[in-house]
Amino acid sequence: MGHGLDPVKDAPSLVLKGSAAFDGTPLFADLSFTAPGGCWTCLLGPSGVGKSTILRLLAGLAEGATFTGRMQAGDGGPLQGRIALMAQDDLLLPWLTVEANVTLGARLRGETPDRVRVGQVLEQVGLGDLAARRPSELSGGQRQRAALARTLMEDRAIVLLDEPFSALDARTRARMQELTAATLAGRTVLLVTHDPGEAARLGDKIVVMTEAGLHDLPPPPGAVPRPVGDPDTLTVQARLLEILRKDETCAPLTT
Amino acid sequence: MTGARTLLISAFLGLALWQAVVMITGLPRFILPGPALVAETMWKSRALLAENALVTMTEVLIGLVLGTLLGAVSAIALAGSRTVRHLVRPLLVFSQAIPVFALAPILTLWFGYGLGSKIVMALIIIYFPVTSSFLDALLLPHHDWVGLARVMGASRARVMWHIRIPAALPGLASGLRLAAVYAPIGAIIGEWVGSSKGLGYLMLLANGRAKTDLMFAALVVLAVLTVLLHAAVGWGARTLLERR
Repeated sequence: MGHGLDPVKDAPSLVLKGSAAFDGTPLFADLSFTAPGGCWTCLLGPSGVGKSTILRLLAGLAEGATFTGRMQAGDGGPLQGRIALMAQDDLLLPWLTVEANVTLGARLRGETPDRVRVGQVLEQVGLGDLAARRPSELSGGQRQRAALARTLMEDRAIVLLDEPFSALDARTRARMQELTAATLAGRTVLLVTHDPGEAARLGDKIVVMTEAGLHDLPPPPGAVPRPVGDPDTLTVQARLLEILRKDETCAPLTT
Repeated sequence: MTGARTLLISAFLGLALWQAVVMITGLPRFILPGPALVAETMWKSRALLAENALVTMTEVLIGLVLGTLLGAVSAIALAGSRTVRHLVRPLLVFSQAIPVFALAPILTLWFGYGLGSKIVMALIIIYFPVTSSFLDALLLPHHDWVGLARVMGASRARVMWHIRIPAALPGLASGLRLAAVYAPIGAIIGEWVGSSKGLGYLMLLANGRAKTDLMFAALVVLAVLTVLLHAAVGWGARTLLERR
């Protein structure tokens, strides 16, 4: 896990306690969610259950949603300015080179990009030779690596990942999971996913979100990323899938 | 290559049709001169045509540049502020309801008999298509990019400069391509209302003296120049988009 950057010191935990509604329709009520500092929390759930809303609320991007409750970093500090975001879509700007995309954050804040660091970060994700390319000239995996480089360049203590690997093929996905786990080590990472295997591989903490609410499930032993074939990881993966399926068939009908 | 060939074939067909109409109807040359006669006149009057074409193209190009600048700046201002948009957009549409022809005499009164009034005329006629198509593109939401930018701590102005404007340049380019075709119309209207130079002036003069062949020659020159301008603007816009 050799990452050439200073690991983020004292990455804070993430706390979200409260209810959210969209146009008066409740999305969730009395939810209590915590992501411990400095490790990976996987929030697993089926589509449409509101797990992305939690991530968007934390990012300050849940437009139209009203949140009542407490949402902050565990150290009592604000969340704004301490978060980096990586989504399913790589969100690269097609008219910029890879390098310019990676330094977008600095330019958007009116800062001068640190050119030495860009080089290091691009090397770190294996895009050192492709810095001058346009996104359209990259493969899907390379584009997502550029998005990872942009996230790393932000150098934030908290990183929110919104299904960043779900559009990749199986081989690329496994590699990206390992690369992301290695490069984001030491930060507080919240990964929203619908893939039980991904949650079992990458979660230091695993939270399943279903219509019934949040359930914590003990993660498999071992540091993330866990090997794909690890028996304990596979067992947890199967258990997670069971929970997801059970809840789908036995979902309580507005009781 | 096939594009160039079909263009040649369709031009030839058009000329043949024109010549056929002249021969079949037997119309006198001061009503409808044939293509051969017009070509001959173009050659004989080449100096006169070139001199007047230069004047018209100067008006068109200056009008195009100023109209584009003004249109682009307006679109950005309108996109940047909801208040400005609500106040100014109805005015913009209302201004389009006034026929440019009706404005030409007053513009000649205000900006004089020379280049000025024609440049303003070209500018006015292209201002709306440029502003409108750029503004529409600037107002596309781009929720995901803008959300990412907000998480990165971007101000509205920097989102505009680094994301909205570059993303909207194809819209500006399509407005420009329209403008390249409209601008000559503005200049010609201006020349009709009052001038002593330019292709529009020459057409009016030739028409008045029953030199229909010269009028047609001036018309052909204007049409060819407009097509070339459209092609040049299209090429320029493509090149700019690739290098943005």
